[in-house]
Amino acid sequence: MQIISLCALPAILLLILTMGLFKRIPLYETFTEGAKDGFKVAVNIIPYLVAIIVAISMFRASGIIEMLETVLKPILVHFNVPADTIPIMLVRSLSGSAALGIFSDIANNLGPDDYATKLSAIMVGSSETTFYVLAVYFGAVGISKLRYALIVGLLADFIGIVSAILVCNLMF
Amino acid sequence: MNYIFYFLIVISIIAGAINGRLSDVVNAILSGAELSVKVAFSLIGIMAFWLGMMKIAEKCGLITVISKLIKPITSKLFNEIPEDSPAIGDIAMSISANAFGLTNAATPIGIKAMEELQKENKDKTTASNAMCMFLAMNTAGFQLIPATVIAVLVGIGYKNPTEIIAPTLVVTTIAFLSAIGLAKLFQHCWRDK
Repeated sequence: MQIISLCALPAILLLILTMGLFKRIPLYETFTEGAKDGFKVAVNIIPYLVAIIVAISMFRASGIIEMLETVLKPILVHFNVPADTIPIMLVRSLSGSAALGIFSDIANNLGPDDYATKLSAIMVGSSETTFYVLAVYFGAVGISKLRYALIVGLLADFIGIVSAILVCNLMF
Repeated sequence: MNYIFYFLIVISIIAGAINGRLSDVVNAILSGAELSVKVAFSLIGIMAFWLGMMKIAEKCGLITVISKLIKPITSKLFNEIPEDSPAIGDIAMSISANAFGLTNAATPIGIKAMEELQKENKDKTTASNAMCMFLAMNTAGFQLIPATVIAVLVGIGYKNPTEIIAPTLVVTTIAFLSAIGLAKLFQHCWRDK
């Protein structure tokens, strides 16, 4: 499986370039023509990223996540969920680097054999940062009215958390 | 989004005041703004590279071939997009890049797909059904190998880090399929104000 991961990128590049050459496409000209938009797209995203990342940074700094944690703790412990993994559930839709950081802390402090390490590994490995994806993808094309996109993303994240808890309970 | 934006900031200020962390909240504005620019600028190079490659892929007809291959699936998921649109091929490439853990390629290709979907969109500031569907597929983050997580586990001396792959795959598949299902459901019952 890891070999597939490693070979996927070179394989895609070989396929694109060989097919382009075969069809007599001016490779260099076409590449630079497409690449020109790189800067524009990245700059277009900035206002959307600032809105979302600043709001989320403030939210995380305010200590509200710790407050929610104390509320959720008695409920989740009932379902065999270690308290250490609660912060991951709360931040993983908001910040990917924060979720990964908390997971590293859990792994380093509790060690490889702990149930919390396994559960948090599954939760971090199975998800994307909904708010970040939303800002980048919609920001790049200037969409500001999201309709149901955020609700769907967050509901799917919630289903992901619940199934991570169930699957981890079954397997470990 | 208006309410969420308002809610996130107002709640942060109130909770910051209650917890005595108001100065942290204020500092977070500056650090968050800096981080946003860093993230955007770190995308420029790799974005240019993949947009260039995708231009070649599009011109030589590779994207059309991929679009045709996956037509049976995508015609149901993206029923408002014409079957020959390059958006379909871009979407397929972006999702597969994600699945193989090539995040650096998946984001630029995904943005390219969004631009193609935007061409079919009537109201340029409002997300179309196809865009919401594509976004749902992306936020679920379908991935075959959780490489970063495995790297951390290897780092702490986890004996058999690959045992995490199967459960993660089960969970990510459930999340991915429910995201698609939910997007489809909302497409039918969502009423625009």
